[in-house]
Amino acid sequence: MKKINILLLALCCCCAFDSIAQTDMDAIMMDKKQFCVGPMYSHSSWKNYWEGSFKRENLNIGTVATSAYSVMGNYGVSSKLNFLFSVPYIQTSASAGTMKGMKGIQDLSLFVKWMPIEKKWGPGTFSLYGIGGLSVPLTNYVADFLPLSIGLQSKTASIRLMLDYQIDSWFATVAATYIQRNNIKIDRTMYYTTTTHLSNEVEMPNASNINFRAGYRSDKLIAEAVLNNFTTQGGFDISKNNMPFPSNKMNATTIGANIKYVVLPSHDLAVVAGANTAIAGRNVGQSTTVYGGLFYVMDFSSKKPVKNQPAKK
Amino acid sequence: MKKIFIFSIIAVASSMLVISSCRKDVVGNTDFVAALNPSKIDSNAGTWKTILLTDPTDVTVAAPVATNTPDYIAQINEIKSFQANISAQQKAAVQYWSAGAVFRWNEILRELVAKHNLAPGANENGTYPSPSASNPLQYPLFPFSSPPYAARAYAYVSAAQYDALVAAWHYKKLYNRPAPYLVDATINVMVPKSTLPSYPSEDAVVEGVTVELLKLLFPGDQDFIQSKAEEHKRARIIAGANVRSDLEAGEALGKAVALKYVTRARGDRAAAAAGNQAVWTQIETDCAARGETPWMSLESPKRPPMLPLFGKVKCFLFDSLTAISLRPGPPAPTASQQMKDDLNEVLQTVNNSNREKIRIVHFWADGANTYTPPGHWNAIASDDFIQKNFSEVRWARNMALLNMSLLDAAIVCWDTKFYYFNPRPSQLNPAIKTLTGIPNFPSYMSGHSTFSAAAASILGHIVSEKASAYQAMAAEASISRLYGGIHFRADCDSGLVVGKRVGAFAIQRARTDGAE
Repeated sequence: MKKINILLLALCCCCAFDSIAQTDMDAIMMDKKQFCVGPMYSHSSWKNYWEGSFKRENLNIGTVATSAYSVMGNYGVSSKLNFLFSVPYIQTSASAGTMKGMKGIQDLSLFVKWMPIEKKWGPGTFSLYGIGGLSVPLTNYVADFLPLSIGLQSKTASIRLMLDYQIDSWFATVAATYIQRNNIKIDRTMYYTTTTHLSNEVEMPNASNINFRAGYRSDKLIAEAVLNNFTTQGGFDISKNNMPFPSNKMNATTIGANIKYVVLPSHDLAVVAGANTAIAGRNVGQSTTVYGGLFYVMDFSSKKPVKNQPAKK
Repeated sequence: MKKIFIFSIIAVASSMLVISSCRKDVVGNTDFVAALNPSKIDSNAGTWKTILLTDPTDVTVAAPVATNTPDYIAQINEIKSFQANISAQQKAAVQYWSAGAVFRWNEILRELVAKHNLAPGANENGTYPSPSASNPLQYPLFPFSSPPYAARAYAYVSAAQYDALVAAWHYKKLYNRPAPYLVDATINVMVPKSTLPSYPSEDAVVEGVTVELLKLLFPGDQDFIQSKAEEHKRARIIAGANVRSDLEAGEALGKAVALKYVTRARGDRAAAAAGNQAVWTQIETDCAARGETPWMSLESPKRPPMLPLFGKVKCFLFDSLTAISLRPGPPAPTASQQMKDDLNEVLQTVNNSNREKIRIVHFWADGANTYTPPGHWNAIASDDFIQKNFSEVRWARNMALLNMSLLDAAIVCWDTKFYYFNPRPSQLNPAIKTLTGIPNFPSYMSGHSTFSAAAASILGHIVSEKASAYQAMAAEASISRLYGGIHFRADCDSGLVVGKRVGAFAIQRARTDGAE
């Protein structure tokens, strides 16, 4: 659920839930009739960015900071089928120059997460997941004001295949996602990419995402390292000394770590925290993000299984 | 319960299908404009008042060969050969160019302006490089087509197209050679037929005059420009609208007229408009000596002001003394209570903005990598002119009136900006954060307002049924700069008043140029 920085907002479409709580990006399922919900705060900032492949700073922007306050939730229809949602409120600012930061409610993300296969294989347990997602802007926020826009206004649909393998308390997960991004409309009648477009409609490149994570996973504690890559399929580079545009090619590779700790013995309440930083990119900020949040599990089933923990052992 | 979720899954899956099946290709607003079919051919346009030419015979066009000569018959056969092997791409080119020569070349010019409307980045040492006309492909690319540069480019191209077409109409009437499809009825005509004599070709006149002027204005884009020119001429032959000699005579006429405009351009003082350190310092010192806070660049590193001597460029509609007489009185003193109140209004406006106001700011911003505010008014005019079915010469006349207004508005506005050298709101109160980029030149008076009022005035004269709509657009363009936090209300109001006065000169010319 980290909300990535401004230029990286494109990424929000795919990894809005990219944290350790039961999310679309991890190999953890809620049990039947359990509802996990909680607030999350993330802060992201960058000073350097990639203008095309050229890494630079910009004294007329300074450091761009993004704060995101989100609510996310995950409901278990069964231990093999979960629904997830997230809604962030985002606020941006630039430390230099005159440009005004923006704020507002961004996109509603919905996911359905399905685990058709979970079986013993060798010394551990293998599981396979299929995840479908949709994101829809909830407000008519301004997309064409990068790097201070709070999002890109594109409706997206994503499909993800994820594999997980766990031996005792040690696990590794790999996931591949394809994200379809709808065209957007901006407030003006023409724009220039590598040529002039006499239209207010902007063709948005689709994107793909590869995510690898590995670490320790037990009832009480999860700790993992994450490597993430987001790549747009098309788009164009920011020209020299220009501002970014929503249909830019925006690529980023980040590394990070997450933990989740179950605070209460009843397992009703967990804290999550994490951080990540960009190690490579194109037309995005070299952002560092930290986040933290709480998760509370409500049980709507008659029996009381162990809560707020991986459903599988 | 289970059913609900199964339905949900189906819903999610099907909405994904819907989204993924959406088309992504963006169709441009003018990709499929209908072929120009003038409601009248303006056969007497050879007598209309020219701008720089004293008379159409300032440029000569040789008499054409007769339509019964072997030379002409060979040219007819060239059309037929092309038509026998026409490709889909050629058909598309015919369709594209049939929308009109003045219209399409205006659109091409807007594209070049948008491509080049990007301020150079700073050097490592904090200075800024200047684009060089003699080395246009080296960074920073030449030109930086800022709004004043763009206004001048639009004006020269439009005025020259007009003069060249008036001359063409003179020779069309003089030589009266019919279109090839009237000579040989077996030719397949792919554009609306016309009784207008086809020698010299009005399309080639526009192409020739524009290409020649663009060598001066956009010297680094010749490959793009020449490929458009070749496609245009070829399209006219393939369409059956012109024989080769129509085109050759038209192109030569266009180039000859263009050279007169190139000579004017070299002497119009635009080349010196950037000034130098001594000029910049002098303007600042003069302002401080009047007891005012001088304008300061808000960029980091500080960038020299944009074209401080552009106010001295030669106008089209009036002389330089008139330009100076159009300069409005001074803005509120920077230390005055009035200025404090005005600053507070800007601060309150940006801090209490809403989505509709931001839409207005961005709709009219026409900033980096756009065709600039003058280009925006060219686009507005084009959209309306398309509906009017003007002849090519009337298209050119109307675009010339518009673009001479816009250039002269730019000149008067820049004269005012650098005469008063008034700071932007954010300079006097850094708490004012802006919703669009702050242009790197003084605040008083608003360029957008001056441009827009001038354009709205002359367009309201040309398309009178839309006069009040144009006024509303100009008012919105003007107030968008206050909404954006980059101008005081007084900047906008003064710009509207002065722009309207500039537009009045164009209306005066329109009433007496013989076209009405």
